[in-house]
Amino acid sequence: MRARTIILIVLGGLIVPQILIASRSELSFSQTNSTTPDATAGKRLFERHCALCHGIDGKGGRGPSLHRAHLVHAPDDAALKSLIGDGIPPKMPGAWFLSDEDVANLAAYVRSLSKIPSDPLPGDPVRGESVYAKSGCAGCHIIAGSGFGYGPELTDIGERRSPPYIQQAVVKPAASLPEDFLLVRAIAASGQAVEGIRVNEDTFWIQIKDAKGQFHSLRKQDLKELRKLRGESPMPSYDGILKSSELDDLVAYLASQRGKQ
Amino acid sequence: MKPFVFASLCGVLCATATGQVPFERIVNADKEPGSWLTYSRNYQGQRFSPLTEITTANVNNLKVKWAVQFPDSQNEVSPIVADDIMYVTGPNSAAALDIHTGRTLWSWKRPVPPDYHNIGFGRVNRGAAVLDDKLYVATLDCYLVALDLKSGAERWIAKVADYKLGYSMTVAPLAIAGKVAVGVSGGEAGIRGFVDAYDAKTGKQAWRFWTIPGPGEPGHDTWSGESWKTGGGSTWVTGAYDPELNLVYWGVGNPSPDWNGDVRPGDNLYTCSLVALDGDSGHLRWYFQFTPHDTHDWDSAHVPVLFDAKIDGRNRKLIANANRNAFYYVLDRVTGEFLAGQPYAKQTWARGLDVKGRPIPASVSVPTEKGALVWPNLNGATVWFSPSYSPQTGLFYVAVREIGSVYFKRDTEYKAGTFYPGGGEDELPADDAWGEIRALDGKTGDVRWEFKLHSPPWAGVLSTAGGLVFSGSDEGNFYALDAGTGKPLWDFQTGGTVAANSISFTVDGHQRIAISADRVLYVFGL
Repeated sequence: MRARTIILIVLGGLIVPQILIASRSELSFSQTNSTTPDATAGKRLFERHCALCHGIDGKGGRGPSLHRAHLVHAPDDAALKSLIGDGIPPKMPGAWFLSDEDVANLAAYVRSLSKIPSDPLPGDPVRGESVYAKSGCAGCHIIAGSGFGYGPELTDIGERRSPPYIQQAVVKPAASLPEDFLLVRAIAASGQAVEGIRVNEDTFWIQIKDAKGQFHSLRKQDLKELRKLRGESPMPSYDGILKSSELDDLVAYLASQRGKQ
Repeated sequence: MKPFVFASLCGVLCATATGQVPFERIVNADKEPGSWLTYSRNYQGQRFSPLTEITTANVNNLKVKWAVQFPDSQNEVSPIVADDIMYVTGPNSAAALDIHTGRTLWSWKRPVPPDYHNIGFGRVNRGAAVLDDKLYVATLDCYLVALDLKSGAERWIAKVADYKLGYSMTVAPLAIAGKVAVGVSGGEAGIRGFVDAYDAKTGKQAWRFWTIPGPGEPGHDTWSGESWKTGGGSTWVTGAYDPELNLVYWGVGNPSPDWNGDVRPGDNLYTCSLVALDGDSGHLRWYFQFTPHDTHDWDSAHVPVLFDAKIDGRNRKLIANANRNAFYYVLDRVTGEFLAGQPYAKQTWARGLDVKGRPIPASVSVPTEKGALVWPNLNGATVWFSPSYSPQTGLFYVAVREIGSVYFKRDTEYKAGTFYPGGGEDELPADDAWGEIRALDGKTGDVRWEFKLHSPPWAGVLSTAGGLVFSGSDEGNFYALDAGTGKPLWDFQTGGTVAANSISFTVDGHQRIAISADRVLYVFGL
């Protein structure tokens, strides 16, 4: 499955995205000149190439906020520059087309964002943990080894998603589906139906995980029907179920999940 | 299986007398169907195997006979098979493999310079050419290298272009009589493209055809100002050859910058065209431009397919092209005359073709500041991977990408050796895109059958006299269809993206099918 490419992350005619992703890892993005990087020029590049996912001001959106001193995937400047060029397949496309100078300027701007403190969240993460427990979230999600693995693991959700995105996912799950997420309903020739998350698919087969966590590998030509439930999520909306303060607390708790340190 | 044994023996004898793979063996490729002596097996670009051991009745019994792992990922190689040896290539590398086991007989590698950047494509190589006692390989850093067939030792190296200006080479060379023709990549870096030929024995340049005409040359007036100097026109997919007419046919890539045509008003010849070049001199005999003044990156980088057929009661020498712009074209290959054309995939950029085959643009067709939704996307309705023509069915088989994109136009500035785009695209989500293998009537482009794929493919098509069509998918499927009906008959999960062209050959008289899937080359047989 290919991630949706962002504007101007273009593919120059000769190759498809996943091949570029593979090939990019061979590119050298080491800075060869000794001039000081220009963060203002980097900001322009950021708005053009990065803002769609990281937000126009770098506070995050579909992608994480960059207003933090420690970037998990880029502990130092060299790592940040090579990450910008290589991307993080498949979720983040690499900017292979930028020159070394552009990459250095962009990296300088991203580093400058770390000095801007994040907006404080209104909720309390400790109370949010209770909201998470009483709302039954662990029935479908795993955090730090506990829970059930039908939905996405949330151990590092605070690293991957911004607080507004997390809030929307709780209130309107179907409006913020992860990339390539698809709920499907397959009906065998016998009439037996399987509904669940599509975990893989090719021209001849589809693999589905049902709500019990059971995997089903089905040959497409044996199916009577394969319905793709686009825009649907198995997760219920918590809009109106949680009080406003509970929602804030839950978002604060989830935003604090920064993975295994 | 006696004919195959005889063919193999003949090969060895010929090799002793005149070098291992003389030009005549490639011209007469059908006399030794167990070999695969040039990129598309024959000069006609058909990628059709006359072998008949594997059929619609037994293809379900295909099994892996051997596999070999490459040092690099995402292989796009189409191997050469000659005299019981398979020759494969990778980025700046080549190897000879034992045809019974896949074990390496020799290998060759040339370092990629640390300051080399690939601008708009992956680090791949699509195959080698063989002629007499040498194997010819093009490198990313723009050298054409002749290797000794027996040892892999370098015989000569010719510098084709300067990679620091954005040129590169991923193409499988085309060896003709005494010469080796090559093309270049770099359409996203504002190169000035060309097709070159080199003396096969010495590596001395024999001729060059610039795909962007210079001052005083015909077609120069289709460019304005200095735009021709950075006009693109890459030539990154192997051409075809007609030995009787001594014409080399080669597809030409997009104009630069790709998505902003404002700096290059005019038709921008010979970008997005097919050119017919004299094999001795490289002089242009005729051209046909599929997409005048392209603004979608629709290179005409396709293997031209040659066949003869009767049209309106007249025997014609034809050349066919399923173009990246979503139209199928049939031309007279002696004159370049347009004979037939129609869309073979969803397209929204043209209302049709006029009587001469020139497109009639639709109202929404060019990239804009706000974005314009157009089918197909920048990778086109098909692209570099090979189609196949079966003389048995008269059908032209093509792997089709059904996907649209929002195209944007942006300002851009040329800086030598860097990305020179002028815009870009936001392609439609994966679930709004799919692929097809389509069988077209070779003479008209009428769709005879189609087989749906989960996603837009990146693999070529092989057809065989056993009544089969083989191809692969991004998700790793390698599969066989009935060449007459498109019915799926066999499939195998390779475990890696199939982004290559398949070939067929024999081992001890028994038919084999080979395909690369990411890091692994598989060889199948009954």
